Amino acid sequence: MGDMPQPTEAMTDARHDMEICNACRYCEGFCAVFPAMQLHRAFTDGDLNYLANLCHGCQGCFYACQYAPPHPWGINVPQAFAALRVESYAEHAWPRPMARLFTRNGTVVSLLTALAVALVLLIAGALQSPDVMLRAHTGPGAFFAVISYRAMVWTAGAVFMFALLAMAMSTASFWRASGGGAPSAAALARALHDAMTLRNLGGGGDGCNYPGEGFSHLRRWLHHAMAYGFLLCFASTSVATIYHHALGLVAPYDLLSVPVLLGTIGGILMLIGTIGLLWLKILADPAPAARAVLGGEYAMLILLAAVAKTGLLLLVFRATPAMGWLLAVHLGFVLALFLAAPYSKFIHGLFRTAALIRSHVERRGSAA
Amino acid sequence: MADLTRPYDVLVIGGGNAALCAAVTAREAGASVLLLESAPKAFRGGNSRHTRNFRGMHQAPTKVLTGSYLEDEYWDDLHRVTGGITDEPLARMTIRVSAEMTPWMEACGVRFQPALSGTLSLSRTNAFFLGGGKALLNAYYATAERLGVDILYDAEVTNLLLDDGFVRAAEFNHRGFPARATARCVVAAAGGFQANLDWMRQYWGDAVDNFVIRGTPYAKGRVLKTLLDQGVAPVGDPTQFHAVALDARSPQFDGGISTRLDSVPFSVVLNREGKRFYDEGEDVWPKRYAIWGRLIAQQPGQIAYSICDAKAFSLFMPSVYPAMKADTLGELAHKLGIDAGQVEQVVADYNRAVQPGRFDSTGLDACRTEGLDPPKTHWARRIDEPPFYGYPLRPGITFTYLGVKVNENARVLMADGKPSANLFASGEIMAGNILGRGYLAGFGMTIGTVFGRIAGREAARTARN
Ligand SMILES: Cc1cc2nc3c(=O)[nH]c(=O)nc-3n(C[C@H](O)[C@H](O)[C@H](O)COP(=O)(O)OP(=O)(O)OC[C@H]3O[C@@H](n4cnc5c(N)ncnc54)[C@H](O)[C@@H]3O)c2cc1C
Ligand code: SF4
Ligand code: SF4
Repeated sequence: MGDMPQPTEAMTDARHDMEICNACRYCEGFCAVFPAMQLHRAFTDGDLNYLANLCHGCQGCFYACQYAPPHPWGINVPQAFAALRVESYAEHAWPRPMARLFTRNGTVVSLLTALAVALVLLIAGALQSPDVMLRAHTGPGAFFAVISYRAMVWTAGAVFMFALLAMAMSTASFWRASGGGAPSAAALARALHDAMTLRNLGGGGDGCNYPGEGFSHLRRWLHHAMAYGFLLCFASTSVATIYHHALGLVAPYDLLSVPVLLGTIGGILMLIGTIGLLWLKILADPAPAARAVLGGEYAMLILLAAVAKTGLLLLVFRATPAMGWLLAVHLGFVLALFLAAPYSKFIHGLFRTAALIRSHVERRGSAA
Repeated sequence: MADLTRPYDVLVIGGGNAALCAAVTAREAGASVLLLESAPKAFRGGNSRHTRNFRGMHQAPTKVLTGSYLEDEYWDDLHRVTGGITDEPLARMTIRVSAEMTPWMEACGVRFQPALSGTLSLSRTNAFFLGGGKALLNAYYATAERLGVDILYDAEVTNLLLDDGFVRAAEFNHRGFPARATARCVVAAAGGFQANLDWMRQYWGDAVDNFVIRGTPYAKGRVLKTLLDQGVAPVGDPTQFHAVALDARSPQFDGGISTRLDSVPFSVVLNREGKRFYDEGEDVWPKRYAIWGRLIAQQPGQIAYSICDAKAFSLFMPSVYPAMKADTLGELAHKLGIDAGQVEQVVADYNRAVQPGRFDSTGLDACRTEGLDPPKTHWARRIDEPPFYGYPLRPGITFTYLGVKVNENARVLMADGKPSANLFASGEIMAGNILGRGYLAGFGMTIGTVFGRIAGREAARTARN
């Protein structure tokens, strides 16, 4: 017994909360967590990690709880789960030593960002004469006058592939720890639907209790703007890659071309979403929040906003002398995003979806 | 902001469901309203914050209730649980009005779980609040604030100045300082007196020190007492309360719903002397849980112990405190603090008396004992599969029955039968008019909502005439 690791404070809090919730169950109508909880009598660390990732932090069960602080039982499910989620990201980080990036994640993401931006600026500066950086370029290939296409593709491609691999490995590890197995197509479809609509931020109809006790759908819509904006930007890059390789069309593209349109709309949505979410976070009631994880959340939102904003600025000023360093800065932020993705709040989307899949698998199991 | 220099149209005393329904209704009718809640804001809402559902009559399925539940069936249910200690015209009026309540509640922001969802066995008769009673109260408080009801927390009314049935003023302590409010009409909605152990001690002696109060510590009955002292007609047996079996490790107050234990039908229950004292399998648990509080209150030391084995353990709701667990009965007895030899003897006698039969945890089954006193008439299976599990049980008091007498307009009646000119009552403080004994799940909130609405309406009307 001597080598049993001590449970962390977040794990202890989450277990305390779930044991009381399981004897109470008043919140069963809010979200997927409570029906999933009710399938257990006791909670292993794996169960709690899974439930924590199933929680969308809507805060409904905090304001509704008759045992919330200052009640001596101090039930605060969104807070306990937010802290535990970050521990679960660290626990399943790949490669393993990267787990430590989740402590003081806000600082880590900020430093990473600063480094990435500086690096791209330096490389661009070193490889090209200052003259190139500060001159206006137009016409096909203008961007690549600043940073060679090869350098861009190889760096971006390598970092991107690594990020994908790292995120896939972490998510697979989380999935195995929460029970493993192959989900049915139906469970997958339901979970994807829940993830894409953020059904569990619906709080049973009127939205979540965010930023405060009142009900609102604002957070859900802002998150949609950010997430779908991001996907549109991603689609824009993908289309551009196809243009470049398959069609031999070289960027910059027309204002009305598909990549520019997707990127513009996506960028604007992302900017609205991230700034809106930042604003809500500043207004938010601190009582149900987990203070230790806020830094990482702010850092990721700011990074996403910076990616969107520099992308849009690049579009506006692409025919001016500012293009050179704007491009470098934008690529720096994008690089930072890819580097940080597996080791930041960004990973929550994958863990959340995996948890939703598990909940649909289990629910079907129990219905039989 | 509350302005204590002017008289309000309506003063509402209390901060639970009955008070909020009265305050919102009076304000909707145009009255100026002051609400005094004895608890601080974080603990506002009395026992209502611990509730979960509302029993409503309905002719046809609604968004929140399945099937139908008509007046006569509702009345029969009430008549049965009270053993006739009720007031039929008042009760039937309450039942009929309950049918109109859920749309108004929803308009106030109260949200319900959709019918047929979750693990609810009462979805035909009872509408379940999404998130429970605290969520319901949050909605009412938000509505009251939006409509302009003035609310003071930490405001315990200590005295009502009555003059021949007419309330002149209310004296209260606001954050420890004496204050005074005047109003044309007053609604008393301050709950029962179950949290006043010294009052309960008059009837139960020092046994009260072993009682757990399931709900708010703020229900001290000061309003009830000042009214009864000044010639208001009482109703209900002062010595009686509703009580259930709870985990003995519960906090003395405010443990709420989660401390109850459903282990009894699948266990044997022993008192401190290690003796069984009642048929644990008399009926399905929803029909029996409410008698076990009283049964335990009558045992020495007001404590009992439920003991079951591994095969029974997963048949009841998980408990808020972990069960005591041991590989032998002797060891379990030791952990529970009762005599090991006695426990082994009682369980051995019980095991010998168990008859073969079909077991069914979901309904009355054929597993019973033969030749045992008291018998266990259902779910009796041998307790022989380790590990063994035990819980210490205490009586958990839900509410008291003593209250003030009212008429169908929620107007308080004086001992001579005359209605008060400006005093109304709603909720637990008058529930004894209708529920003189026993309990029907969800009926406490129904009485509070129906009478809260009536009291608010009548008080506003009286004040503005
Ligand atoms: C654990 C538990 C679960 C329950 N579940 C249900 C259920 O699901 N459905 C149901 O119908 N019933 C349920 N009940 C019963 C239900 O709680 C009551 O019937 C109902 O809440 C009574 O409402 P009320 O407003 O009259 O009293 P309360 O909600 O108790 O409110 C009384 C209020 O008066 C205030 N007060 C007291 N004294 C003073 C004073 N001197 N001055 C100012 N304010 C004062 C208190 O602070 C409190 O706010 C439950 C009870 C408990 C304990
Ligand atoms: S959060 Fe509170 S009210 Fe909700 S289920 Fe848990 S203990 Fe019950
Ligand atoms: S915070 Fe919201 S999503 Fe998380 S457990 Fe509570 S109700 Fe569910």
